[in-house]
Amino acid sequence: MTLFFQLSLILYLLATLVYLAHFFSLGKQARTVARSFLFVAGLLHTVYFIARYLAAGYTPLTSNHEAVSFFAWSMTWAFLSFWWRYRMKNFGVFVSPLISLLMLVAAFSSQEIATLPPALNSKWLPVHASIAIMANGFMALAFCGGLMYLLQEREIKRKKFGMFYERLPSLEALDNLNHHCLTIGFLLLTLGIITGSFWAKQAWGAYWQWDPKETWSLITWFIYAAILHQRLTAGWRRRRAAIMAILGFAAVLFTLWGVNFLLGGIHSYAG
Amino acid sequence: MPDKSILIIGVNHKTAPVEVREKLAFSGDCSGPLTELGNIPGCRECCFLSTCNRVEIIMVAGQPEQAAVAARAFLFGSSGLTDEEARRYSYLYQGRDAVAHLYRVAASLDSMVVGEPQILGQLKQAYREALERKATGVILNRLLHKAFSVAKRVRTETNIGGSAVSISYAAVQLAKKIFGSLKGKSVLLVGAGEMAELAAEHLVNQGIGRVIVANRTLERAVRLARKFNGAAVGLAELVDRLAEVDILISSTGATELVLKKDQVRPLMRQRKNRPLFLIDIAVPRDLDPELNDLDNVYLYDIDDLKSVVDVNKSEREKEALRADGIVAEEVGKFGQWLDGMALGPTIAAIRQKAATIRDAEVAKTLSQLKSCSESEQRAIEMLAGAIVNKLLHEPTVFLKNSDSQYNPEIKLAFARQLFGIDRESPEQAALRENVDMRGGSE
Repeated sequence: MTLFFQLSLILYLLATLVYLAHFFSLGKQARTVARSFLFVAGLLHTVYFIARYLAAGYTPLTSNHEAVSFFAWSMTWAFLSFWWRYRMKNFGVFVSPLISLLMLVAAFSSQEIATLPPALNSKWLPVHASIAIMANGFMALAFCGGLMYLLQEREIKRKKFGMFYERLPSLEALDNLNHHCLTIGFLLLTLGIITGSFWAKQAWGAYWQWDPKETWSLITWFIYAAILHQRLTAGWRRRRAAIMAILGFAAVLFTLWGVNFLLGGIHSYAG
Repeated sequence: MPDKSILIIGVNHKTAPVEVREKLAFSGDCSGPLTELGNIPGCRECCFLSTCNRVEIIMVAGQPEQAAVAARAFLFGSSGLTDEEARRYSYLYQGRDAVAHLYRVAASLDSMVVGEPQILGQLKQAYREALERKATGVILNRLLHKAFSVAKRVRTETNIGGSAVSISYAAVQLAKKIFGSLKGKSVLLVGAGEMAELAAEHLVNQGIGRVIVANRTLERAVRLARKFNGAAVGLAELVDRLAEVDILISSTGATELVLKKDQVRPLMRQRKNRPLFLIDIAVPRDLDPELNDLDNVYLYDIDDLKSVVDVNKSEREKEALRADGIVAEEVGKFGQWLDGMALGPTIAAIRQKAATIRDAEVAKTLSQLKSCSESEQRAIEMLAGAIVNKLLHEPTVFLKNSDSQYNPEIKLAFARQLFGIDRESPEQAALRENVDMRGGSE
């Protein structure tokens, strides 16, 4: 079972290396190779989840290892699903290192299969956890898009054309990508919070009890709600939207890890 | 004598601000100006060129000094400027300087954007109109054909044209990096300059949906707008129109800024921060450099675009030097021809040609008659010489006779043609064909 995890990890790392090589050399074949690696890694990763589900007897989204690994899995498939719809020049170069990073974090977390705490034994577990983490996957893509936007814009604005001008897509395309990811991510985030509160009602008897994780999810939600709202009303797009997507992702990461390590609370058993 | 008789008088973007150039306002075809110029005493040939950035009178005149005064008076006739101002804003070139200037204009070395290709088409059009009205003659016909071939030489032998074309190419590339596809985007041209037209043409080829032209004089705006099926507005509407477009290309040549940061800042809110790509190709600049500090506003002036195209500035300067070299060389050649156009050199050239033929034929004959004596040889040589001299006598008298009813230059030109003194190379003939057939502005 861990073999699948290790294989997919290696393939993710390989994909990243080939993407980077493609970025610097601009060889066209490298990109196809990298995408194939990523695709196979995604498949093996899926197999790993199924195996782990069968071994544990519950949806394996409770430990840090499981959550982060699922995070990487969501990013991979969200990215690959995008590829069907838009051709984003060199998007993979920015996405794949982040996936690899998440996979490394997962690899160094405890991979032990623990017995499920009774509070988590609910039909809400697979629903809530998977939706919430998939939201993170899309937010991560928006983060990559925002980063690319700022890099590209910097060169156009300063009129100094370095590495990125040729290699990155147009600002318009990046802004569209950003909006697209944020819309899907926000939808999932909203669903995640709603399903979470139903689960909380079932497990702890109250829909909302200002647990740090809940609070930070709400803060994250407000950040993204602000981006989308301002985009529609005040035309917060492009540069500002890119910055906000990066900030929003920081909030996502804090909700995922910062809360557990710094603030504790009843959610702290899981990612 | 004929050397000094060529003169060019004109104004361009370097000598006169746009306000002055617009006062000269010659629009439509050249028939009016050509007729008036033809009536100037002593004017033998003329051609009239009027573009956004320059108005030039190219003339061959018997008394160049008086003709220059009259031509300048005509040029500034409707402007209301004093003679002293007219002198200050205009330039006068004579003789070889005029030839060099015309070559530089044709080769686009004198353009606002060096190397932009439009000017050659405009010059060809001006020449074609002059030709149709028979305003040009021996000297200008040759001079203009030479100018076209110099322009061609400069374009093929140097990379000077590459930079202008690639500047609008760079503008298109940048626009694509900012907007993705250009489909459905719109462009506002401020000022109806040559380079703006070129850049707009590139953008339209890339799918730009709408073109709006704003200009001080609405008439010119309408003319350019028609070309792109666009709308024309006055300069006062500039800021209002800016709210609806995506790209602005400014080339007014006004001395002050046309658009300031404070005018655009409130617009961005109204535009919901849709990005705005501002291209300033005017010298001096039209657009406030601080505009680039606004979010989602991208301002590029001509130097920025040039630096996108080729970082290597010394390379560009080297090309300009090479172009100047070509012009100097060609001016020298034309000068030689012009010198030959005088009576003495023409007669000498005819005699020279006759002597060459005579000597060749005598030598050929003598080589076949091996048996003839020295005195017989002498007799044959004398016979040949006598025939040549007798044949050339009447033409020479005719050429030297100054009180005939014919224009001396036409007589000389015919004589030279009759005797095949400056036979055109096939390449020049082809170029002449080319001018006569289309000569359009593109």
